[in-house]
Amino acid sequence: MDEQKILVSARQIVKRYPGVLALDKVDMDFYSGEIHAICGENGAGKSTFIKILTGAIQPDSGCIEIDSVVRNGFEPHEAMNDFGISAIYQEFNLIPALSIAENLFLGNEPRKNGLIDVNKMNKMAKEILQSLEVDLDPKLPVENLAVAYQQIVEIAKATYHKAKLLIMDEPTAPLTIHEVDTLFALVKRLKAQGITIIYISHRLLEIFELSDRVTVFRDGKKIATLKTSDTSKDELIHLMVNRKLEETYPERSHFIGEKILEVLHVSTATRLKDVSFLLHKGEILGFGGLVGAGRTELARAVYGADQITAGQILINGHKVSIRHPQNAVTLKIGLVPEDRKLHGIISELSVKENISFSSFNKVSKLGLINVSLLEQAATYMIKLLRIATPNTQKKVKELSGGNQQKVIIGRWLTSDCDIILFDEPTRGIDVGAKQEIYEHINELASQGKAIILISSDMQELLGMSDRIIVMHEGVITGELTKEEATQDKVLRLASGE
Amino acid sequence: MRANKSNNIKKYAILGVLILLAGFFSIVTDSFLTASNLMNISRQVSMLGISAVGMTCVILTSGIDLSVGSVMAIVNIIGAKLMTEAGLPIFPAAVITLIVAAIVGLINGVMISYVGVPAFIVTLATMISLRGLAYVLCAGMPIWGLPDAFRTLGQGYLGPIPIPVIIMLIVFAIGWVFLNRTKTGRYIYGLGGNKEAVRLAGIRTARVGTIAYIISGFLTGLAGLIMLSRINTGQPKIGTSFEMDVITAVVLGGVSMRGGSGSILGVLVGVFITGILSNGMILLNISEYYQQIAKGLVLLFAVTLDTVANLRKN
Repeated sequence: MDEQKILVSARQIVKRYPGVLALDKVDMDFYSGEIHAICGENGAGKSTFIKILTGAIQPDSGCIEIDSVVRNGFEPHEAMNDFGISAIYQEFNLIPALSIAENLFLGNEPRKNGLIDVNKMNKMAKEILQSLEVDLDPKLPVENLAVAYQQIVEIAKATYHKAKLLIMDEPTAPLTIHEVDTLFALVKRLKAQGITIIYISHRLLEIFELSDRVTVFRDGKKIATLKTSDTSKDELIHLMVNRKLEETYPERSHFIGEKILEVLHVSTATRLKDVSFLLHKGEILGFGGLVGAGRTELARAVYGADQITAGQILINGHKVSIRHPQNAVTLKIGLVPEDRKLHGIISELSVKENISFSSFNKVSKLGLINVSLLEQAATYMIKLLRIATPNTQKKVKELSGGNQQKVIIGRWLTSDCDIILFDEPTRGIDVGAKQEIYEHINELASQGKAIILISSDMQELLGMSDRIIVMHEGVITGELTKEEATQDKVLRLASGE
Repeated sequence: MRANKSNNIKKYAILGVLILLAGFFSIVTDSFLTASNLMNISRQVSMLGISAVGMTCVILTSGIDLSVGSVMAIVNIIGAKLMTEAGLPIFPAAVITLIVAAIVGLINGVMISYVGVPAFIVTLATMISLRGLAYVLCAGMPIWGLPDAFRTLGQGYLGPIPIPVIIMLIVFAIGWVFLNRTKTGRYIYGLGGNKEAVRLAGIRTARVGTIAYIISGFLTGLAGLIMLSRINTGQPKIGTSFEMDVITAVVLGGVSMRGGSGSILGVLVGVFITGILSNGMILLNISEYYQQIAKGLVLLFAVTLDTVANLRKN
């Protein structure tokens, strides 16, 4: 059969990061002209594998064979120009102010007498777009296009570069349902042109609709490659998870107290539409949903990082106005943000200053920071949270991800928060440190603190939460108790079914 | 680890440059290494130093204040007018002048931190307008007839030490305490490293940013008063390209133009390097045109050092 012709194969790929084996002897084959889906939990190794294929990172060992050339990794420009491997990420590599045609031919514009031949360029761009059956004016600036069309420009760029292997990482995340249909039709046309497509998605339904084969990753290993028509959603979920929840999530005594936070009919310009929920003292309230469901936006709205356009927030029964994170901190709300490096740690400052950053008043006397009080507060937290740092003076950016996360948790404990919002608290953190973060979150809850836990890690969500609220496109689509929550139910609510 | 090392290299390199320069001028001139000349240098750099403490705050937030030279001019004219035409006693006149300087900083800060206009543009605009205003206020003519007692501020001594030098050292000491031991000071450092993280830690970042510009305006006002006292006339052209000298000194002192890192002690070293350089060149009878060339090269050297150190970090 024609489709059995192998285009790219990876052999025994190993990639190690400090504390994590990101890829453990992965073998993969991709056939010419197939749509090959890759699924797995966050941290399973999908992205690392893709980065190796596109040359963004180099494997520690193993090799890749393409066009009967065997290589131990390559540079990004080689991947694209010599081997025809292109990737479409969630963040597009387009220059907003330039036109579609200018973006397509950036760096190798057709020339006449040393000047760019604009007419020819627009004509060629039109042809490329037509070959994809897309009706777009190539003279339009990219910034005027909807996200879905920007994505199409990216795809057109890849086909212009004669891509043989096109990697798509969660391509439907930013799209509306109608746009998804357009994208799928386009992907199928590319397949018909003989292009191999690697399709990464959390949405299992898409995998079944689109792919010929599917590979499951778990904990840095390739678990299985199956013909999509021979498998089922249940089997994939089983392969992705395959772990008893009780093993990883410490049991704790539940004592859920009175309500502390009430969010009533809140909407924002960012995404939220009429969101309402309750949070109690001592409760861990999980928020499930797909990327872009509005969970981060919800946390930011409660925290005052984004402005609320309608609705209200009550704390201990009193209406409060949270217009800036400072209001939230004063009301004893803390946020452990998703992007630790960009939104969490103050990277140039020391561990001790990061720990007291939101409560310098507590370690100050007469308006001056007292060095020994600052030191004491830090030493206490380092011990309590078992933060691995040689001293309190160390710059926080030099700690590992897990320890940086603990520093931020320490910051909110130091400022004595009653409500802590955790946004993907264990993303990018190695297994051992994850476990400790879970223990700390449980400990906080049993002390009566109210916890919001946003997580895309299904087991984490199911294992940690007392109650789960699921969101889809900015609205709450359901609420599940710990007893009734299953992966399947959460996924269904998350995809808006 | 590596980041620390490159920071240290930068720190010691600057101190090394200071020692090398001082050593060089001590050898090639007879008059450099004398107590009176060293006092002279200190007095000459005092205004630069005082303003540099403010500029340090601003650059740490990853901002820039180009208006300091014009603030100096406006302070010169307003201070002189208040003491002569308005007939105000020295002290209230000085206080009002300092308030005006701080208000310029406030305007800069609000436009930059609250409205969000780029710092370079805002302070370039105030730099241009205030220079114009200085000329308008005095109709382009110098203002004479300042009270004699006012000379003490810029020309007096306390024991053997010139008063401006004492003021500069006090400003540096307070600057050190402010930047290292107050929460606002630490927020200023945080702001340059990562503004959004600071905001999400519950800090009013716009307020902190504005404070940095107010400090810069206020301290430049203080430097401007000392200048007025030294030359004893209100001159609208005073402080031309002063901002460049201040920025050079701060960057030479190891404060990163990206913000977030640098120390006030380094800035003191940077201030003295610029002072020694111009003093030594004067002693060597190097023409002012060549001095300009040297100053430019020194600035380039300082920024290159900063850039290379940052490249190594990444």
